[in-house]
Amino acid sequence: MIQDSGMARHSLRRLLGLIPTLLMLITVAFFLMRMAPGGPFDSEKVLPPEIEANLNAKYHLDEPLLTQYFRYLGQVATLDFGPSFQYKDWTVNELIAQGLPISLTVGLTAMILAFVLGTLLGIAAALRQNTAVDYSLMGFAMLGISIPNFVIAPILILLLAVYAGWLPAGGWDWSIASMVLPVVTLALPVTAYIARLTRASMIEVLNSNFIRTARAKGLPESTVIRRHALRPALLPVISFLGPATAGMISGSIVIERIFSIPGLGSYFVQGALNRDYTLVMGVVIFYGVLIIVLNFLVDLIYAWLNPKVRYDEKH
Amino acid sequence: MGGRDRHVRPVELILTEDGRPVPSVLAQVQELHRNNGEEPQTLDPHLAEGLPSAHILRDLFEGLTAESPEGRIVPGAAIRWNISRDGKTYTFYLRRDALWSNGDPVTAEDFVYGLRRSASPATASNYAKALLPIANAAEVLSGDLPLDELGVTAMDEFTLQISMRDPTPYFLALLTHPVTYPVHRASVLEHGSAFSRPGNLVSNGAYILEDWVLRTRIDLVRNENYWNAENVILEKVSYYPFEDRSTALKQFRAGKLDWTFTVPNNQFKWLRKHYPDELVISPWLGSYYFGFNLQREPFIENPGLRRALALAIDRDLLTEKVAQFGEQPSYTLVPPGIRDYVSPIPEWAEWTQAERNTEAQRLYAEAGYSEDNPLRFEIRYDTGQTNKKMALAVSSLWKQVLGVQATLVNEEFKVFLQNREQKVLTQVFRAGWISDYADAYSFLNLFRTGHGGNDYGYSNNLYDALLNEIAAERIPSRRRRLMFEAERVLLAETPFVPVYTYVTKRMVNPRLKGWQSNVMDHHYSKDMFFLRAVSDEAPSVELEEIEIITPDQAEATVADETTLAVPEKDVIEEGVIEEDANGTGDETVPEDTVE
Repeated sequence: MIQDSGMARHSLRRLLGLIPTLLMLITVAFFLMRMAPGGPFDSEKVLPPEIEANLNAKYHLDEPLLTQYFRYLGQVATLDFGPSFQYKDWTVNELIAQGLPISLTVGLTAMILAFVLGTLLGIAAALRQNTAVDYSLMGFAMLGISIPNFVIAPILILLLAVYAGWLPAGGWDWSIASMVLPVVTLALPVTAYIARLTRASMIEVLNSNFIRTARAKGLPESTVIRRHALRPALLPVISFLGPATAGMISGSIVIERIFSIPGLGSYFVQGALNRDYTLVMGVVIFYGVLIIVLNFLVDLIYAWLNPKVRYDEKH
Repeated sequence: MGGRDRHVRPVELILTEDGRPVPSVLAQVQELHRNNGEEPQTLDPHLAEGLPSAHILRDLFEGLTAESPEGRIVPGAAIRWNISRDGKTYTFYLRRDALWSNGDPVTAEDFVYGLRRSASPATASNYAKALLPIANAAEVLSGDLPLDELGVTAMDEFTLQISMRDPTPYFLALLTHPVTYPVHRASVLEHGSAFSRPGNLVSNGAYILEDWVLRTRIDLVRNENYWNAENVILEKVSYYPFEDRSTALKQFRAGKLDWTFTVPNNQFKWLRKHYPDELVISPWLGSYYFGFNLQREPFIENPGLRRALALAIDRDLLTEKVAQFGEQPSYTLVPPGIRDYVSPIPEWAEWTQAERNTEAQRLYAEAGYSEDNPLRFEIRYDTGQTNKKMALAVSSLWKQVLGVQATLVNEEFKVFLQNREQKVLTQVFRAGWISDYADAYSFLNLFRTGHGGNDYGYSNNLYDALLNEIAAERIPSRRRRLMFEAERVLLAETPFVPVYTYVTKRMVNPRLKGWQSNVMDHHYSKDMFFLRAVSDEAPSVELEEIEIITPDQAEATVADETTLAVPEKDVIEEGVIEEDANGTGDETVPEDTVE
């Protein structure tokens, strides 16, 4: 019980710490965005001054920057991210609400796939260290890491969609078929990375004293692996998972573009290029919250896996 | 998707005597899948800007005028119109059988409401500049006059009068732009900014909005209340926002798209070899060129040097090897393809490249530059494959022929635009213009002193005076002469280096017919239809007995009977105007064709 209340207090403190971090993030992003040259209405077809004035008035861009900043803070406090400059018929809230489930589905599926496959391959390689199995697995992993997904994706599309016709070449309709290629492409490099990470840490753990002790006690090898080696071996993987998951579920710009998936990823780049101030702010804040929350979750999992870092009042 | 297999050959197009395709040649499934390049910014016609919005809105709405497949102005919601003698009053007679998609009649009041909404400062329409030729539009836009002072009046339920500030010979073309479309007042008032959503949007065009899955697909279905619905063959049109060109091409190859927005830049040869029937390339109303900043050395007061640079690039090489898609070498500002206008071709356009190079070297030396004292400057361009390749090629030609030392500077688009506008950093920069309406004035006006798009800092009193004359002139032959003269004045000073004129390039399902290439690249889905594939069931009609008419011959007859008798746009204008020029016409009326 004591341990639980310590845990709860720690969690609360962490969550409260979110507020100044976010405020900082909003402030920096807001002013950086406004410092970028050009504005949302600049295009090669220059607007007549009266029309530009109307647009500025409509979006309050004619007010002093500080007034705009506080107006924005007030909006964000009510969780209203305002209208998008680029997608005029939609609010930023609607855009995020539409893109998030898609990025979440692709990202989480890919992450789970990568985690399961990556750890299994990593363990398999570690247990057969310096054998043909190890070398070929790690060889593939190296390829997976080093071939960028903008190379793998078009090849997969060409083979499986254009020539074979088994899968759609792109687009999103929530069918399994439309998910396969983007999920696999997104998962590949992460799987490879996790495999290498798991292998390295597994080998290290297997050579440590407590494993030697466990083996000396005469425990069967499978028990040694499952009960004693697995948990500590996964620690580096877990700390990698937090930021990686945030990155994956907030959408991969490359994957989304190649497969024409309407997720969150392209909002970052398109929003910035178009000087879509509200959209950029919306996704930045969203991404910030996501990273903070996921890192917090990772800490909790870490504590569960590793007794050394438990938030126990007694220590 | 039945019957939409990849690479199937169509049967031969057979038309009935009234120009309709014979039912036996039509495919079972009449669904078009069009890639639109990106997500449209909006489906509110008055906020519309950019090509993707305009493509969809042309299917959803109908303005006073519309365009035929080859791009001529034809009656839209207005069945005919009068233009007053001074060119400053347009009277439009609306179709009495036109309905909104909810069954309400389309009236003159709807157009008045639409144009006022478009000009309202509260709407803040980006493209409201298309309204500026209308009387009081500038004052209404700036909030100095109330909305009802806009020069637009409903004379009766089906008669609309528009007063103009200047005679604007291209006004009928501007009226095909979404910013002038009517909107259904009751639904705008009811739904506010959400009126353009599926379920809310009431439109008067050939299609209605069925579904809009953000950044995935926009589905339109036939509007049964459209006045010409019985002649609209495509049942459904889906617009996709695929941005990646190679993905779109793969989708096309997989049979999921019938129409792509464009094609990948570097696959011309491959596509021409493997998809000769699908690859469609045609001239587009746009020019690509490099601008000089005339407010910064070394280009101030140095027309000889500027001309040397214009002469020294081999445009045939640039279009063939760099642009690669059949772009045409350009020696002028205004691209070809505008009816009744031909640009003044500079003398050197007739020379061989060797002759041009010799003259360029002479001018270069005359300006005081040599091998030991080479000209140095920066070429700025915005990020983009073609821009980079083109800047690289042009700079190496300049180096080869003249020994110029040019540095390439790549900038993000908005930074690039700002630098161009400020005219402080720029020396030579990538520039270009694609016009929204087929009129040379749209191009020439860019070089007016103080014009927002005049990033060249070009200023010439004679040129400005000519532009003012053009704006006030309504007799086409005189206007044409003035524009020719203005362009000649401009070209003589070489404030820019013409390179090529744009083309549109896309993949189109060979079974899709009813559309034609046109310089505006406007293609209305209502004119299109799918032919049956050769492999499909054989026709039940004897082929020999039916007279075969080419699509061109038949085009005029595709529209509804009531429009058949209406002369084509230029005929209307010419007729009206010649009469005026002779001083005989009073209120001129094009041939009346009302039912």
